[in-house]
Amino acid sequence: MNKLSQYIDKNVAPLFNKGGKWEKYWSFFDAFHSFLFVPTTTAPRRGVQVHDSVDSKRVITTLIIALIPALLFGMWNEGYQHFTAIHQEAGFWECFFYGLLLFLPKVIVTYIVGLGIEFCIAAYKHEEVAEGFLASGILIPAVMPAETPLWTIALATAFAVVFAKEVFGGTGYNIFNPALIARAFLFFAYPTAMSGTDVFVRGGSALGFGGIDGVDAVSVATPLGMVAEGTFNPATFNTWDAFLGIIPGSFAETSTLAILIGACILIVSGVASWRIMLSCFAGGALMSAIIYAFADNAPTVAQQLCLGGFAFAAVFMATDPVTAARTNTGKWIYGCFVGVMAIVIRMFNTGYPEGAMLAVLLGNAVAPLIDYCVVQANINRRNKRAALVANA
Amino acid sequence: MASLIKLKKGLNIALEGVPQQNMASVKEDTSWTFVPDDFNGFTPKILVRADEPVAAGQPIVCDKLHPEIQIVSPVSGTLVAVNRGERRKVLSVVVKKDGKCTSTSLPAIDAQKASAEEVRKAMLERGVWPFLVQRPYCTIADPTILPRDIFVTLLDTAPLAPSFEMIVKGQEAALQAGITALSKLTSGKVYVGVAARTQLNLKDCEIYEFEGAHPAGNVGVQINHIKPINKGEKVWTATAQDVIVIGRVLAGNLDFSRVITIAGSEILSPAYAKVLPGSSIESIVAGKVKQAEYLQRYINGNVLTGENAGREGTLGAQAQTVTVIPDGSDNAELFGWATPGITRYSVSRSSLSAFLPKKLWTLDARLKGGRRALIASGDWEKVFPMDIYPEHLFKAALAFDIDKMEELGIYEVAPEDFALCEFVDASKTPVMQVIADALKRLKKEME
Repeated sequence: MNKLSQYIDKNVAPLFNKGGKWEKYWSFFDAFHSFLFVPTTTAPRRGVQVHDSVDSKRVITTLIIALIPALLFGMWNEGYQHFTAIHQEAGFWECFFYGLLLFLPKVIVTYIVGLGIEFCIAAYKHEEVAEGFLASGILIPAVMPAETPLWTIALATAFAVVFAKEVFGGTGYNIFNPALIARAFLFFAYPTAMSGTDVFVRGGSALGFGGIDGVDAVSVATPLGMVAEGTFNPATFNTWDAFLGIIPGSFAETSTLAILIGACILIVSGVASWRIMLSCFAGGALMSAIIYAFADNAPTVAQQLCLGGFAFAAVFMATDPVTAARTNTGKWIYGCFVGVMAIVIRMFNTGYPEGAMLAVLLGNAVAPLIDYCVVQANINRRNKRAALVANA
Repeated sequence: MASLIKLKKGLNIALEGVPQQNMASVKEDTSWTFVPDDFNGFTPKILVRADEPVAAGQPIVCDKLHPEIQIVSPVSGTLVAVNRGERRKVLSVVVKKDGKCTSTSLPAIDAQKASAEEVRKAMLERGVWPFLVQRPYCTIADPTILPRDIFVTLLDTAPLAPSFEMIVKGQEAALQAGITALSKLTSGKVYVGVAARTQLNLKDCEIYEFEGAHPAGNVGVQINHIKPINKGEKVWTATAQDVIVIGRVLAGNLDFSRVITIAGSEILSPAYAKVLPGSSIESIVAGKVKQAEYLQRYINGNVLTGENAGREGTLGAQAQTVTVIPDGSDNAELFGWATPGITRYSVSRSSLSAFLPKKLWTLDARLKGGRRALIASGDWEKVFPMDIYPEHLFKAALAFDIDKMEELGIYEVAPEDFALCEFVDASKTPVMQVIADALKRLKKEME
């Protein structure tokens, strides 16, 4: 591999380096080069001389690996829900293949739009391309209902990348989770494409596969839709189905089991904070228990945690380190806040059955405040210590 | 019975090339080099002209601001060169040894009986004063003040650093004399940090035992746990070898040599050696480095706080280690982000190597990633055992927000305390440099 590297360094790199013919496109070259090879930049003369091998590429890769169980299950489930809704028998692979064909165009559109913008902005700023969007690019289609049109996804992605991320300075500087901003954008701009009974299960074919003549759309109520309408009955609802994920919903959000497998990968690898996940589930459980005790026909605690996007938000969205609280104490408070708010919004505002998304965005907004208070406690301790000495 | 402080946070990087407990012989260098940058905050004024003879113990450089702070030549010979860089900054002063060892006569000073003034004067005149570091700002100690306390760490937990046992062997009297001398210079106490279960009989000081991974040996961490620095307070710090040299020189023996480790994965048989700081790295490692077709990196100091000095570089005045590792700039590693990572060392468990049985690692000097904005959170805290939020302090330092830095504890830290943060950081942030720059600028603003 050294030969390839030497060839690139000798013949290709000079074109993109300063003074080269394609200097303007250095960001593109660097992105592909660092995709191929670990950067060979070494430590400066003064400073730490060795470095841990983890870098942002590795972190994002781990996050995507953690998403795979939920994605694979989601593909199968989309197919399964489709064939069930149109009353057709279908095998495991047919279901999976249908879901794959439904999901793939969404991912491709998201990546092309999102990465396209990121690359252009990086080239404009003459900076390295940050990897953040590689995760957002999967997260955005993962939280979309099956029937969301591609053009709206493209629009939402562009909006999120530009207005939720780049205007703040790019990956690492954003206040709100870009993937959720994309979803929230669609939720408010195109509500009919994002919620209701018609969007979560696709009636027509996926790229010509599946579907039956004459059926374009099917109407299937999601469990949370039923909660909002007051038709939900906790006694007859099968919680196991919700846990396994065999219910209608957005792509990767339905299977709590698959999401928990992802959570294990994230926690073991240390990529996402277990504090946030744990406190988020704890907060959600607490609020659910309170509501279950006082409201009629409210879902049980287990049902609440398995339904809708709660688990997905707790594991993959709330834990985004850039937009979450950054201090350890702050993470406990932040996670708990998100968990409580997700259930509150879901139960008390019937217009927004998807409470988890809004709760995380709300959490993002207050995270700096939480950190401020936590850090202030440290400051107060230091000031007090100094005052004690001064008075002695 | 010394009180024991247990630290849970920190990290020992298991590096290949651990020194054996034996002394290697090192060829004596033919010249001695003084590098002003070895002492933070020292502005050199040259006292001897080029080509003039120099006697051992003769002052050759002094500080511009405090002329009483002198650097003396530990060897006799001729001052052959004053190397200057940009804006005539003095980079190094070189004395060629004549091998005769003519020295100015030095009376022994009994630290026990001497007054504070006598100790101070002798330390300044004999060139051991610069070993004292002052906090805040991690700078050379100001001889005109009376520090609140003096902290001495007898424990170096940095990767491949020499053990206290090897350093102190045969130097117990000098260590005690040095501590007694320091105890005269403060209105408070001399606090000594040692490893847990160290058998040590020291007087004129208060001993604290520390247990835990690096940076438990960092004096800043020890201060934070013993008696933190408040705004307006000043303390001095020193390491075991600083104190031993101070004790020895006060006793009239102008011996500045130190016990260092010659270590790292590129060293054939890593070991200890007694050498004179200011010797060239070439003279220290000659014949000890593996033959290799790849590039190697010669570090003056340890891998965390050392300097890439090159083979032609100089051993720093207070360095404890010479480390040689592969450089890595000629290493094309394919798809680093996607491999299982069995051969990649990482504290984060995103590489499978974290699940393999413990072994020693060969690390090269690559950053192994591109620089990004701070993304991951909580990693720094795991290796920062102080009651300070490292990330928030770092951000305040980056923005140079003086009030915020003060509130978050800038007066308690030195760049070295952030070394592990820089090591574990996935965004490859130059943390130490930012803190060092902020401290330097802050000192200018505040004094």
